Amino acid sequence: MTWEIVIGLEVHAQLSTNTKIFCGASTAFGAEPNTQADAVSLALPGVLPVLNKGAVERAIKFGLATGAHIAPRSVFARKNYFYPDLPKGYQISQFDLPVVGQGALTIQVEPLSGNAKPYEKVVRITRAHLEEDAGKSLHADFHGMTGIDLNRAGTPLLEIVSEPDMRSAAEAVAYAKALHTLVRWIGICDGNMQEGSFRCDVNVSVRKPGAELGTRREIKNLNSFKFMQQAIDYEVQWQIDTIENGGKVQQATILFDPDSGETRMMRSKEDAHDYRYFPDPDLLPLDIGSDWIEQVRATLPELPHDKQLRYVNDLGLSAYDASVLTSSREMADFFEAALGDATAQAKICANWIIGEVSAQLNRDGLDMAQCPISAQQLGGMLKRIADGTISNSGAKEVFRTMWAEGGDADAIIEAKGLKQVSDSGAIEALVDEIIAANADKVAEYRSGKDKLFGFFVGLAMKASKGKANPAQLNDILKQKLAG
Amino acid sequence: MFESSLKQLGDALRAKKISSVELTQLYLDRIAKLNPELNAYITLNPEASLVQARAADVRLAAGSAEALTGIPIAQKDIFCAKGWLTTCGSKMLHNFVSPYDAHVIQQFNNAGAINLGKTNMDEFAMGSSNETSHYGAVKNPWDKARVPGGSSGGTAAAVAARLCAAATGTDTGGSIRQPAALCGISGLKPTYGVCSRYGMIAFASSLDQAGPMGRSAEDLALMMNTMAGFDERDSTSLQRDKEDYARDLDKPLTGLRIGLPKEFFAEGLGSDVAQAVEAAIAEYKKLGATVVDISLPNTRLSIPVYYVLAPAEASSNLSRFDGVRYGYRAPDYGDIADMYEKSRAQGFGAEVKRRIMIGTYVLSHGYYDAYYIQAQKIRRLIAQDFTEAYKHCDVIMGPTAPSTAFKLGEKGDDPVQMYLSDIYTIAVNLAGLPGMSIPCGFGDNNMPVGLQIIGNYFDEARMLNVAHQYQLATDWHSRAPQA
Repeated sequence: MTWEIVIGLEVHAQLSTNTKIFCGASTAFGAEPNTQADAVSLALPGVLPVLNKGAVERAIKFGLATGAHIAPRSVFARKNYFYPDLPKGYQISQFDLPVVGQGALTIQVEPLSGNAKPYEKVVRITRAHLEEDAGKSLHADFHGMTGIDLNRAGTPLLEIVSEPDMRSAAEAVAYAKALHTLVRWIGICDGNMQEGSFRCDVNVSVRKPGAELGTRREIKNLNSFKFMQQAIDYEVQWQIDTIENGGKVQQATILFDPDSGETRMMRSKEDAHDYRYFPDPDLLPLDIGSDWIEQVRATLPELPHDKQLRYVNDLGLSAYDASVLTSSREMADFFEAALGDATAQAKICANWIIGEVSAQLNRDGLDMAQCPISAQQLGGMLKRIADGTISNSGAKEVFRTMWAEGGDADAIIEAKGLKQVSDSGAIEALVDEIIAANADKVAEYRSGKDKLFGFFVGLAMKASKGKANPAQLNDILKQKLAG
Repeated sequence: MFESSLKQLGDALRAKKISSVELTQLYLDRIAKLNPELNAYITLNPEASLVQARAADVRLAAGSAEALTGIPIAQKDIFCAKGWLTTCGSKMLHNFVSPYDAHVIQQFNNAGAINLGKTNMDEFAMGSSNETSHYGAVKNPWDKARVPGGSSGGTAAAVAARLCAAATGTDTGGSIRQPAALCGISGLKPTYGVCSRYGMIAFASSLDQAGPMGRSAEDLALMMNTMAGFDERDSTSLQRDKEDYARDLDKPLTGLRIGLPKEFFAEGLGSDVAQAVEAAIAEYKKLGATVVDISLPNTRLSIPVYYVLAPAEASSNLSRFDGVRYGYRAPDYGDIADMYEKSRAQGFGAEVKRRIMIGTYVLSHGYYDAYYIQAQKIRRLIAQDFTEAYKHCDVIMGPTAPSTAFKLGEKGDDPVQMYLSDIYTIAVNLAGLPGMSIPCGFGDNNMPVGLQIIGNYFDEARMLNVAHQYQLATDWHSRAPQA
C-alpha cells in the first residue's frame, strides 16, 4: 500500500509598512546594524508599544482577498521566551483571537511527474495573525561572541497558517507560490524571499490513506520554492523509511540544509517551550468596525483567480494563458494596458506577452516592472498588426527596435519602411510580372504541383521587399495562378 | 519656606522674593544634611538640578512661568529621566542612565519644574516597606526605626521630611497611598490611564499608575494639572480633554454621600487606626456630609487575585532585564543561558525573584486557566462591587492601611503579612479607580494614620475637593516630623 503525504504551511509574510508594527522606526532592509533600533526596538525600560494601523489594514486586505472572516475584536498576546535577539523577552503576537479567521485560496497545481495534467485545488487557510519579527544574531566576525542587530526587531509580520490540505510537494509549492503571488498582488508584502520577506515553515507527515494523521515534523524557514520542494521530498522519504524500518516519527522542528539536501533536527518536542501566552496589557484589544473593513475592501484590486476566470470566459484565452498572465499583478496590468479595448486581439496580445516579451525579459534578466517597452508601445504595435499595416515579420522588427532604441510603433514603421503594401493594384502588377517571367513553373503548378505555391509567394515577397500584405498576396496569387 | 504650599512657592518665585536657584539650593542643602540618615534619595545630581533652576529663572524673568516653574520636585526612580541614573531600586539597573524622558518627566520639564533627585523605592516597586530596595531601606521621618511604607517610600519620606516641595509616586497595589499614610502626607493614585505610563518602568502594566504625593490636596491638584494628560505613546492612555484639577477645591461638601464599606472596618484593622478614621468621618459629618453603609463583598479576594495578576504581568515585563543590552551583566558566565541565569540571579533581589517565580507559575501550561483566567474573572467582580456601591454614595472612605508604620525588619520574614498591609488599597487598582490617602491623625507610638478616599472613575477633582475641605477644617496635614 502506498503512503499519503500530508502537508500544511505556516508562512510569515513581512508587511510592507514603512515603519515597524509597534513603533516609528524604519523597516527598510540593509541598513547598518542597529541604526533602525529606537528605544522601543531596544526594549529600553519603560517603553510601550503602539500599534501601526497600516499593518492592520494589510491584514484586513489579506483576509478579504481569501474570503476570510475579519475578527471584529482580536487580541495581542505575549509569547514569552528568552533569546538574545528578542529584546523584550517576549514576542507580541496573536494567540487565541487572531485578526483573520478561516479563509481559502484556489491554486493551480502543475504535477511534477509523469503525464499528469494541471489541476485546480482549494486550500483552506486556518487563520492569519499579526506579530512582530525578532532581530538577528550574528555569529561571524565576533571572535566567539555574538553580535545582535535589532533593525529587524519589530518588523510587522502576517503569519498565515493553512490547514493540512496539501498532498504532495507539488501542491505545497503551488500553494506557496499562489500565496506569494497574492500578497504581492494586493500590495501587502514585497515578496522578496532573499531578504526574508516571505518565509515558509512546512509541516510534513505521512499516513496510510484513510488513517489518522501521522506525527508531523516542521521544516523551518524555507526561503525558496526550490528548497521547499527538495526539503519535502527528502523529509517524506525519510519519514517513510523510518516507519517502514520499524521506527517511529517523533514530533520535532527540523532545518533543511541546501548544501547536503538533507533535513536535520533542530529541537524535539521535549525541548518545546512553554510560551506562557497571555493578553498583552500594554495594548488594547484590536477592534475593527465594518466601516474600516469596507474602506479596505474598496482598495482591493481584482484578484488573480477572478481575473483568470474573466480572461477565459470573456476574452477566450486558454486556462494556461490566463494563469501565466496572472502570475503577477505587473504582468496582468501590462496585458490589460496593452490590450486596451481591443478585446478581439486578446489572444495575439497574450501570445506576444507570454512569448516575445517574457523571453526578452528573461534574456536581459529583467522583471516586468523594468520592461523597456511600455504596454502602450506594445499596444500600438498590436494595433498595426491588426489593421494589416505590418506583417508578423515586420512586427518582430518593430519589437526589436522598440526594445533596443525605444520609440512608437508608427514612427519605427515609418523610419524603417516596414509598412506592408496593401494596394491590390500594386500587388496584382507584381504578381502579373512574376507569372509572365516564370511560365514553366506556372505550367507545372497548374498541372497539379501545388507545392510550388510557396515558391511564388517567396518571389513576390522578395519583389515587394517583404512589404506585401501576406494575406492579400496569397489571395491574388491563388486567383491569378488558377488562370 | 519648607512649609510653603506649591502655590505660595510659585507666587514667591514669580514675585522674585526668591529665585529658583536659591530655592533649589536650599533644598539641596537640606537633603545633604538629612538624607544620609533617611536614605530617601537614590540619585542626586545638583548640577543638573541647578541647570534647570537657572533656566526656570530665565523663564520667570521673562514672565512666561507656569504654576510649577522653578519649583523643586522629586521623582520616583521608576521614571526614566534623560541623563539621569534610573535604577528602579534594583541592582539590575545600577548603571542605567536613561537616554530618554518618561512622559511624566517631560510634562514637568515642559512646566519648568526642577528635577531635584530620584527617590528611593522598593525594587521594581515590589514591596510595602521600601526594604526591598537594592540601595537600602528608607527610614520613616516620624520614627527612624520604622518603615516609610512602599513602594514609593523614598518619595513619601522626602515629602514628609521637607526634602522636596512635592514628588511623584506610582501605585500598582497601594504604592502611593500606603506610604503616604505611613508618612503622614497626601497622595493620589488617579484613574488608570490618566497619567501616561510611557517611560515609567513597568511592574504590572494593567495596574500601574503614576500620581502625585505632597503635603496637601491643593498641592496634589497643581501636580495633577502638570502630570495628567493623553499621550499617544501609551495605548492605555485615555484621550480626554485637559482638566483643571483645582477647579472644585472650594466647593462645600453639603450633601456629600460617603460610603463606608463594612469590610474595611472588620477584623485586622488596628484600633488606633480605626479611631482616627472614625474621627475623620465625624469631621466630615460636621462639614455637611452624610454616611451610607455599603459592602464590597469581594474585597477579601483582592489580595489573592492581585498576587496572581501582578506577578504574571511582572514575570513578563521583567524579562527584558537579561544583561544583553543594558543593565547588570554577571562578570563570569559560560554560554548564553548561563549568562541569563547568573545576571538575573545576581541582579534581582529576593522579592522580585519570588514574584517572577509566582508569575511564571500561574502563566504556565496547565495552570493558566485555574489561576490567571480565574483571577481575571474575580477582578471583574471586584470592579462590579464598586459600580454597585457608587449607586448609593459619591465617595468611599476607610483606612488606607490596617496599621501605622511598622518597624524595619518586622515583617521581613513573612511575605504574606507584608502583603496584607495593602488589603484596603489593592481592590482600587484592580478596578482601575482613583484613590487617595490624606493624614487624619496619629495612632499608637504617635505614628501618622491615613484616611483613604476612593472616587468613581475620573472623579479626581471631586476627591481633591473632599480632601481639601477636610484640610481646611483640620491641621493633620501640616504636622511635620522633627528634623
